Order: sequence, then C-alpha cells, then structure tokens
Amino acid sequence: MAASPVIQVAGLRKRYGSTLAVNDVSFEVYDGEIFGLIGPNGAGKTTTMECVEGVRRPDGGQISVLGLDSFRDVYALQQRVGVQLQEAHLQKRIKVSEAVALWASLYKTKVDTGKLLGQLGLQDKSNAWFMTLSGGQKQRLFIALALINDPELVFLDELTTGLDPQARHAIWDLIRGIRARGKTIFLTTHLMEEAERLCDRVAIINHGRIVDINSPAGLIRKHCPQRTVILTTEDATADEKLRAISGVEVSRDDKGAVIVRGDAADLMTGVIACLADHRIRVTDFQTVVPTLEDVFLKLTGHTIRQ
Amino acid sequence: MSGLWNLAWLEIKIFAREPLGFISTIIIPVIMFVVMGRSLGGRADPSERLRTFVSADLPVFAVMLIALNAVLSLVTIIAIYRESGILKRLRATPLRPHTILTAHVLVKLIFTSVTLVLLALAGRRFYPVALDVSWFSLAAALIVSSVSIMSLGFLVASLVPTARFAQPIGTLILYPMLGMSGLFVPIDSMPPAMQTLAHFLPLTYAVSLLRGIWLGEGWLAHGWDVAGLALVCAVCTALSSRVFRWE
Ligand SMILES: Nc1ncnc2c1ncn2[C@@H]1O[C@H](COP(=O)(O)OP(=O)(O)O)[C@@H](O)[C@H]1O
Ligand SMILES: [Mg+2]
Repeated sequence: MAASPVIQVAGLRKRYGSTLAVNDVSFEVYDGEIFGLIGPNGAGKTTTMECVEGVRRPDGGQISVLGLDSFRDVYALQQRVGVQLQEAHLQKRIKVSEAVALWASLYKTKVDTGKLLGQLGLQDKSNAWFMTLSGGQKQRLFIALALINDPELVFLDELTTGLDPQARHAIWDLIRGIRARGKTIFLTTHLMEEAERLCDRVAIINHGRIVDINSPAGLIRKHCPQRTVILTTEDATADEKLRAISGVEVSRDDKGAVIVRGDAADLMTGVIACLADHRIRVTDFQTVVPTLEDVFLKLTGHTIRQ
Repeated sequence: MSGLWNLAWLEIKIFAREPLGFISTIIIPVIMFVVMGRSLGGRADPSERLRTFVSADLPVFAVMLIALNAVLSLVTIIAIYRESGILKRLRATPLRPHTILTAHVLVKLIFTSVTLVLLALAGRRFYPVALDVSWFSLAAALIVSSVSIMSLGFLVASLVPTARFAQPIGTLILYPMLGMSGLFVPIDSMPPAMQTLAHFLPLTYAVSLLRGIWLGEGWLAHGWDVAGLALVCAVCTALSSRVFRWE
C-alpha cells in the first residue's frame, strides 16, 4: 500500500494497577483503509484505541495521529477525528436532534446535520429521547455524532456488539459508505466475521500484545493455508486417484466421506479435474475454506470466545 | 464559552423532562417552608422561642435545604453520568473537562435561584410573619454558599463507588454537617471536639453567613464566613481536580 500512515503507534504500553493491559503494541494505519484491531474481550483493544484517541494517557510509547501527538494535542486532534466509544451512553432524555446540535456546536467544520441523520436513517427519530431508541438506532446515532465534523479519521470501538444480524449488516454497509467517501477507519471488534468482511487489514491482539498484522486473506494464507474438500462417492478407487494430486492428503471420515486436504490455492481445481478425468461419480461435494477464526485459534491457542 | 451555555441549557431542558426530580427540587422545599411556617406560626399563643424560629431560623433552614438538595442532586447526577459513560463520552469531544462540570454547577445554581424566587413569592403571600430581608443579598449569599458546598460535592462524587450509593452517601456526609453547622445547636454549646470540626465544615460558614444576611447584618460583619467558604472551595476544587474520576 502506497498510502501514508495516518496513525503511527510504537511501543505503546498501558498498565492498570497490576494488569498490563497493553504491552509494547506497534502498528500503522494508512490513509483510506479500514483497519481492524481484533481480539477477545480483555485483549486490550479499547485501551489501545483510547490511547490513540488521546482520551487515555499511555504509560509509554509514541503515538502520532494525523501528525499530532494524541495526548498533548488532543484538542487539535479532536477537531479532525470522529470517535465512537464502546458502550457509550447519552442522557436518557436527550433528544436525537439536541445531541446532534450540541455536537455540531463544538466543531469548527460541520456537515449538514439533517442530511447526516437522513443518511443514517434517523430522520424520523429526531424528536425521540435517547432512552427510547433501539440498540441499532443508538449505534447509528453514535456514528452520526462521530461524523458530524466531517472527520478525516473515524474510530469505532465494538460498533456492532449486541446488535442483531440485520442491524449489523446495515451498519457494515454504512461503514463501507464512509470509507468510500475517502475517510480512514480504525475499528475494533471481537467478531471475526465482521473483521473479515469489513477490514482491509487487521491486527490480532491477545493479552495486550499484537500477534500479527496483515490483510485477512494474507493472514489466512500465511497461517492457515490448508483447504479441505469433502466429497461423497460410491467409487472405492477414488481415494487412490485423488492421492495422485501433488501435495494433498486424503482420508475418510467416520461417515465414509472422502476428505482431501492441501495447501495449494488451486486445490479445488485439482480435485475437480481429477474427478472429471477418472469419471468418478460424486453425490456430494463440499469445500471448507479457513477463516480468520481459524487463524486466531492457530495463533493464540484458544478460540476468540474463550 | 458557548459550549458551557449550550450544555447547561440542554441539561436544564433534560432535567425538566423528569417531573419527579423537578417537583422534588423546586416545589417541595417551598411547600414545606410554607406549611411548617403556617402550622407553627399560626398557634394562638406562640412562645418567644417559637417566634424567632419561625421568623429567622426556619427560613434559613429552608434556604440551606435548597442548597443541600442542589448539591445532593449534583452528586447523584455526576455519579449516574459517570457510571453510564456519559461523562466519558462528553470528554471525548472538544468540550474541556472543566466546562462539562461547570455546566452542571451552573444548572444547579439556576435551579437554586428559581427556588429562592418562588420561596420569596410564597413568603410574601402565605408566610405568617413579615419577612423583611434583602433578597438580593440573600441570593448572593446563597450562591456563594452553594458554590462552596458544590465543590465539596465534587469530592463526594469522586468518593462514591457507584451511582446507587451516591444519594445515601451524599446524604450521610452532608446532613450531619448541617447538624453541626450551628443552625440547631449554637456552636458555642457544642463539645470542644465538635466545635473544632465545625470550623472545618463549609456548612458552618454558610449558615452563619445566611443567618447574618437574613437578620440584616452587613457583608462586612461576615467577611470571615465568605473567606471560609472561599477557602473550602479552593481546597475542594484543587483536591477534586486530582481525584475526580471520569469513568
Ligand atoms: N479502567 C480500567 N481499570 C482497570 N482495568 C481495566 C480498565 N479498563 C480495562 N481494564 C483491564 O485491562 C484489560 C484490557 O481491557 P480492554 O482494553 O477494555 O480490552 P478489550 O477492549 O479488548 O476488551 C482487561 O484485563 C481489563 O479488565
Ligand atoms: Mg473493548
């Protein structure tokens, strides 16, 4: 990626009492990308993000955001970035329109708030109290507040946690829309599916340390290249013929299905060609492609939900 | 600066949307004051002690209650806003931290003033004895006292562990101070240890100042009270700026 870094973090450390929440974290976020910090609860995502936002004081390390020191120049920085905090709340009885007006009054540049609420599907809610909004509507309001100053960089912390799948998909579309308008997005999530679908690059964080950084596809290729084809056939010679494909491993599962494993990107092509060449009749054909979830398990030795 | 007024005005509107809180802060102290005054002052043959109580101590007591009410509600609201992450959310905007907190003080001062005006109007109309007092001086004294007690409120707000405890802990700290303030028992007749303690408490100076103003004494006679309140305010503000928790 030729773009320049918008965020540079080097050797970030943060301790709470005896908990070392963030331990020597370094990464860069480039202009115009969606960068995700992913890891289980308690991994240090929020702490890292809040240090970068300048709301939390790090114990050590350097952070530069849009060329500013995020702790020292926090007020200059806040004019240029948008922030959505994890588990945020507003006053129960504040109206949507009042929250938006208050936020708009705080920034030098501001977008058309009516239009912004429209884009987020909140135009009918502008007189509603915060406490009467649904989870998805609250999150959309927080996105609206984060976008009100037309920021160059947007921070989103666990944006879709607690939302139903439909609301989650709607928010993913919104975020892609924000990026399409040329903004850089730094988000955290503990949902691997979210990271895989949304992020250009991800950093996996576990126990306060970055384990690896790359694109989701790059991480999968590097750590879990193995693909699997599972097929059902009556043909007893299938195993032997499939074994002839280079670099594959063939076995049978307890139901008698043939399992072909291999690291090559064209494993599927090889298997299909072999089946066609030998006229092997199959009654079922499934492929299993590794996901970020598998990468996470491989790198940390535990699943993200544990 | 505009952020301060915007935020304060917003908080006033939000507060007014909660009818119960509105009634208990503004209406109840006024009603209590009038009802107590009527029932005590309306007796056929009031004793001398009762008469001074109704004409001087009860109004000061009512005014102190208004001030304490405001501080308690400040402590509670700060604790709730902290616990639910509202303070943190506001702090992650270009609003300066002190602006966020000052807005709340301003809101409470405005409500205190409104209550005082209602009290004055109710006093004119319904109170059994004529109240002859400079309302302007009284308002000024009340504001000076309130600001000082509110700075203490911020310390208390930092101490309460959760929002659920804010009201009870605030009450436990503030009301005993009222008991030692000289309003019910003259300071001179308290045990020496309590006398010393009383001199460290802002409410003692507030009561002395308010009572003096009520009785028509000048501000000059109460310079020490104002100085005491200012000192408490300075110390508490300095301390809270160190220990205040935003989340
Ligand atoms: N304000 C805090 N005080 C004490 N410990 C904290 C605080 N915030 C987070 N922690 C601890 O720091 C670690 C990292 O937390 P956090 O950054 O919130 O992780 P994540 O966002 O990945 O879930 C956890 O062990 C958490 O318990
Ligand atoms: Mg978090």
